[in-house]
Amino acid sequence: MSILGNRVLRREDPKFLTTGGTYVDDLPIEGALWVTYVRSTMAHARLLGIDVSEARQAPGVVDVITGADVDLAPLAPFPFIPQTMAWPWLATETVRFVGEPIVAIVTEDRYQGEDAAELVFVDYEPLPAVIDPVEALQGDVVLFPEAGTNVATGQPAAGATDLFEGCEVVVRRRIVNQRVAPCPLEGRAAAAVWSDDGRLTMWSSSQSAHGTRDELVNRVGLDPETVRVIAPDVGGGFGAKVANYPEDLLVPWIARRVGRPVKWVESRSESMVGLGHGRGQVQDIEIGGTRDGRVLAYRLSVVQNAGAYPRIGSALPMMTRMMVDGVYSIPRVEFASTSVVTNMTPTVAYRGAGRPEATAAIERAIDLFAAEIGMGPADVRRRNFIPKDAFPYTTSVGTVYDSGDYDRALDLVLEAADYEALRKEQEQRRERGDVVQLGIGLCVYVEITAAGTNGEWGAVEVLPDGRIKVRTGVSPHGQGHVTSISMIAAERLGVAVDDVEVVYGDTDEVLKGVGTVASRSIQKGGVAVHRAAGEVLEQAKKVAADLLEANPDDMVFDPVGGRFHVAGTPALAKTWSDLAAAAPGGLTAAVDLEGGGPTFPFGAHVAVVEVDMETGKVWLRRLVAVDDAGRILNPMLAEGQVHGGLAQGVAQALFEEVRHDEDGNPVTTNLADYAFISAAELPSFETIHMETPTPVNELGAKGIGESGTIGATPAVQNAVVDALAHLGVRHVPMPATPQTVWRVIIEASAPATG
Amino acid sequence: MIPAPFDFVRASSVDDALAALAEHGDEAKLLAGGHSLLPLMKLRLATPAVLVDVGHLGELSYVEDGGDHAAIGALTRHRALETSDLLRREAPILPAAAATVGDPQVRHRGTLGGSLAHGDPASDLPAVALALRATMVVRGPQGEREVPADEFFRGFLETAVGPDEMLTEVRVPKVAGAGWAFEKFTRRSQDWAIVGVAAVHNGSTGVALVNMGPVPLRATAVQAALAAGATAADAAAVADEGMDPSADLHADADYRRHLARVLVRRALERAGA
Repeated sequence: MSILGNRVLRREDPKFLTTGGTYVDDLPIEGALWVTYVRSTMAHARLLGIDVSEARQAPGVVDVITGADVDLAPLAPFPFIPQTMAWPWLATETVRFVGEPIVAIVTEDRYQGEDAAELVFVDYEPLPAVIDPVEALQGDVVLFPEAGTNVATGQPAAGATDLFEGCEVVVRRRIVNQRVAPCPLEGRAAAAVWSDDGRLTMWSSSQSAHGTRDELVNRVGLDPETVRVIAPDVGGGFGAKVANYPEDLLVPWIARRVGRPVKWVESRSESMVGLGHGRGQVQDIEIGGTRDGRVLAYRLSVVQNAGAYPRIGSALPMMTRMMVDGVYSIPRVEFASTSVVTNMTPTVAYRGAGRPEATAAIERAIDLFAAEIGMGPADVRRRNFIPKDAFPYTTSVGTVYDSGDYDRALDLVLEAADYEALRKEQEQRRERGDVVQLGIGLCVYVEITAAGTNGEWGAVEVLPDGRIKVRTGVSPHGQGHVTSISMIAAERLGVAVDDVEVVYGDTDEVLKGVGTVASRSIQKGGVAVHRAAGEVLEQAKKVAADLLEANPDDMVFDPVGGRFHVAGTPALAKTWSDLAAAAPGGLTAAVDLEGGGPTFPFGAHVAVVEVDMETGKVWLRRLVAVDDAGRILNPMLAEGQVHGGLAQGVAQALFEEVRHDEDGNPVTTNLADYAFISAAELPSFETIHMETPTPVNELGAKGIGESGTIGATPAVQNAVVDALAHLGVRHVPMPATPQTVWRVIIEASAPATG
Repeated sequence: MIPAPFDFVRASSVDDALAALAEHGDEAKLLAGGHSLLPLMKLRLATPAVLVDVGHLGELSYVEDGGDHAAIGALTRHRALETSDLLRREAPILPAAAATVGDPQVRHRGTLGGSLAHGDPASDLPAVALALRATMVVRGPQGEREVPADEFFRGFLETAVGPDEMLTEVRVPKVAGAGWAFEKFTRRSQDWAIVGVAAVHNGSTGVALVNMGPVPLRATAVQAALAAGATAADAAAVADEGMDPSADLHADADYRRHLARVLVRRALERAGA
């Protein structure tokens, strides 16, 4: 019997629930100085002067660093982006968003840093701020005059003029996938210590220790042999800690300059403007088809708000494009995108990273089309699904979906939600004219996991006492990978889960690694460990055969006890510790996984909302979710991922939005103003089991980290629209705040004019 | 998120606290539960030179029967209001409103006196004090004085408590059996109210509003309409009369006015006014 598929409790939890984790801020680094960044208070301005003379005299100040002191090339963007859009380590001539670092102050303690920061005087000459990405496109004000444009990159449309030929109905709408803040509980943090022999140890709150190491090599010019990066306990990342930032990469450089250990931990106020933001797309959707519900053509045109310095967010429309078709077989599809810079915090990856935007667009489009032709949203979806016998399926843009059964996912979720009964109740409430109306929203999604990052590294070693040491290139920060990775090794080698030690997040201990990103850890990191364990098993068989003077082909491995014996004589068995002692070079194997391609999890969500028609307030009453991520190793861990994902998906639909005033000042810079969701705003989720294994890897596993977020947002948004549909409402912008919903109701209820 | 430097004095008694206030004048601020003051200090929006900590003064934490009123010590925590049998019986709107403040952690720290003396128009308990027609007891160098709730809230974050004075007790008339309602409209459960309504119907009706102006406000037009015999719905229609609500992230002035009318109607109906 396999342990895989069981609800093994998280091995991580006893520590987190008792003594707590050890985050960068907790590290007892003797003699560490503190870095405080002075940040721009203007969205767009020329810097006329930076006066640090008073700050230098403040108590405890060891060093004050401006951009002129930093002898490093600015952080260059991707090669396909104008290189003049590079990000300075510390701004010297121009600031381009509120929160951009200008000065680094190094002090004996944190309090002194905050006090000294108040003594830095920056002379700004304000420039007009570019806040609206559509206006940025016009280029009346350009952020980088040398580039001559605000366009960072783009994917042009094929330019088909006859896309909607033959369509009886065409619906067009501009919708906004608003900017949100990732809000990990732990913000960014870094510490650096240079040893006497010239080696650097950097601790970084990162989703990839190896990625951070490579950034130090590429951007700070350090020799990889001299760099050790450790990601200790990391309090969440959600994509925003995949790449590094000027503030954390500069910490080792500062430590070298001042000749002492240095630490930097951002505050929540800093994190809200300094940590990258997610989403931020303006989407023009056009959908056409026949009156009996067949969708014939779909066009999605995106303006991506990349923020002030183009980072991975500028490239996410590539992911949106890959998933543009959604779960539908649409004969003609066209996609175009343009990424523009604006005077906002740079846009980065955030849970889903380009796919939630694609799903939101197509799932809103399908509902708009259904409303236009007067057909039910479930019926239109069924009419257009890619059939289950069509896999592997190549979409209009060339994405190859591995496996799926969208009809079944929809059937399961509608049955679990009791969809017909909900529709009846909705009808009754409408007939009675209830103050509180009911809305039912659907979303059927497919997403891509492990995209763009093929490899992962894993190693398995049998220790002298027969316990197993696993090294993995994934870099967990809340997912429970110690548990899931040790389950994989334990199952393969016939040892107890507790007898597996999992080492990760340390470039000295783990040879290579990509990290924990893109919902890929099990299908890549897990598979690498699975294969390495298989290699160790083969080595062990040979050693056991030698010891028992038998032919290796006659050896039997008993996975229950983790023993080897000759067929027919189980009493004479060798244990892992016997074999580890006997193997000349020990029992160890490393696998550098390559290829395998991505997988395509899918699912169907039903959201049920109540809307107070007098105040516009929306309550999410139910969220019923089928999320099929292939074979599930540990349902409890998978549900944890789904629950968190659903919560963040609901948050975008109803609560969260990064907002700025017209001058580009962010106005959602703390968790009172930024409506970060909490458990009190959520119902108990109803999750439904469905497993369609992938043929892409031997575990049959797809990714589960982002699915919930991708499905929940459109389901909830569609539910809010549905609650108001009897008033003729076809769309409600996100987030559906009470005031927004109230205005939509007022406008829909007003007598038609003109 | 790091406050500016300040001195800290832990008062051992009310007299001790008053002495510290006399010494430091308006450079000093009283610290009770800290849930209003400390965030402002961490954002460096408030930079008092001296904090006089009264949070541990047990002598001001009580709910007692004062005959025709309940006498509540200024340092009584929200949680103690929430669970007081006397208040649940004699002035149930107060425990009910206290139960909606923040989350359990906030309610175990925050105090009634701190909330009232801070005078934040977005706080719940000031409106409840108005609706109940509570009386505040303020002590200073000249001794003790009583201030009716209607004269207590003077301006934005400004109350009748002078810089050398301290709010020590809140007296709440007993209204057992009266109709009441507390309507709090928020985006998230733990948020400050976008608009809130406290209504107590005990013969006449007291109605007060949260976050409809720079101070906690009595809905005088509503009360007058009710006194003249208007229905709850008609009285609610003038809920925003004479008010000048502000705009913020969650609501513009028009929406606040609309919410005030809807929520007052609901509150009056629930209170049986």
